[in-house]
Amino acid sequence: MPWNRASATAGAVVTESPCVWVYAVADDAAPALTGGLIGVGGAAARPLSAAGLTAIVGSVAESEFGEAALRQNLEDLDWLERTARAHHEVIETVAKERPVVPMRLATVYSSDEAAARMLLERAADLREALTRLAGCSEWGIKGHVAMPGDDAAGQQPEADGSSAGPGAAYLRRRRAQLTARQDARQEAVVSAQAVHAELDRLSASARLYPPQSPEIAGHSGSMVLNAAYLVADDRAEEFGAAVTELAARHGALQLTLTGPWPAYSFAGRNETGDVQ
Amino acid sequence: MTYGNLATPSSGSVRRSGVAGGPQTANLADILERVLDKGLVIAGDIRVNLLDIELLTIKLRLVIASLDTARQVGINWWESDPWLNAQAADRAAEKSHDQQELEEENRQLRNRIDALESGERNGGSRGD
Repeated sequence: MPWNRASATAGAVVTESPCVWVYAVADDAAPALTGGLIGVGGAAARPLSAAGLTAIVGSVAESEFGEAALRQNLEDLDWLERTARAHHEVIETVAKERPVVPMRLATVYSSDEAAARMLLERAADLREALTRLAGCSEWGIKGHVAMPGDDAAGQQPEADGSSAGPGAAYLRRRRAQLTARQDARQEAVVSAQAVHAELDRLSASARLYPPQSPEIAGHSGSMVLNAAYLVADDRAEEFGAAVTELAARHGALQLTLTGPWPAYSFAGRNETGDVQ
Repeated sequence: MTYGNLATPSSGSVRRSGVAGGPQTANLADILERVLDKGLVIAGDIRVNLLDIELLTIKLRLVIASLDTARQVGINWWESDPWLNAQAADRAAEKSHDQQELEEENRQLRNRIDALESGERNGGSRGD
């Protein structure tokens, strides 16, 4: 069994039978990974070739990444963040050099042989994905809208000249506020649809995601658009310019552009955006 | 192809967040929604992972997704998600995402997964 223990244990002690963590799959000419690329569990990322493909893998300790340990660790948000970022960083680094098919977090095998068998069994799918993703990157777009009335709590009642009491005035004000919020939301949704339609046109493929909650995403206002686009790298500038132009045209919508990402959202063949 | 060092302009109405190496590291929500829910899904031979991650993904969806908004933009992934469809979506739609409820949800899902897993052991292997 060809464990390369020297490179697999950078900083981490791999004691008992190591597991094989798979980051991504590239074509056979995968870059010779330089020693600097440290990934999940502190282990060096290394290439593993079979069936004319190269998986980017790392040897991780079963005590942290085996079945029982993973079950526990995935519940730990700090561990999850650390691991997700390490997984992402390795994929991103390799993706800068060549097309890759990113694997979902925690794709783990019991040995190099088992991982190589996967490459063999899924070779056709993987090659198809590599061809489809070559020369493309994923760009993320999020659209937020600020809701009117969010900071109007301390507003003074207006003198409206009517004989109704303060209660009725309050209700009128409240209703106007709610109507304004509804209108703002509605307008933002229409803008989001227009933005999506235009960006969809400029991309090879698109995915709509559910909006993120403010607590996790760290934004204020209401998210009305959360989408990913697969864009040819030679059209990335055009795409970015379109985003700027759309932002100007739809002033109520605060657009955030992220990327380029490795093509996570487009690794599978399912074109509907469902995960399977 | 990289915009890695873009600053975030304050004047325009487009914000750009660098994914890595830039002034901002990618935000956790962006990374999680990609590495957990996207990426090619191939069952490793540490098979329990798939089930665990599905569970985790569902929990994160409950936290991350604001279903109201999703519905308005026409995103309806939960309607084809058998687990969420039945109970979680209704519950989540009531905006009562408090910790207790998540824990209860988690407990129920875990029971269900245990049942699925034991069925799997008895009934042979699960395809990927």
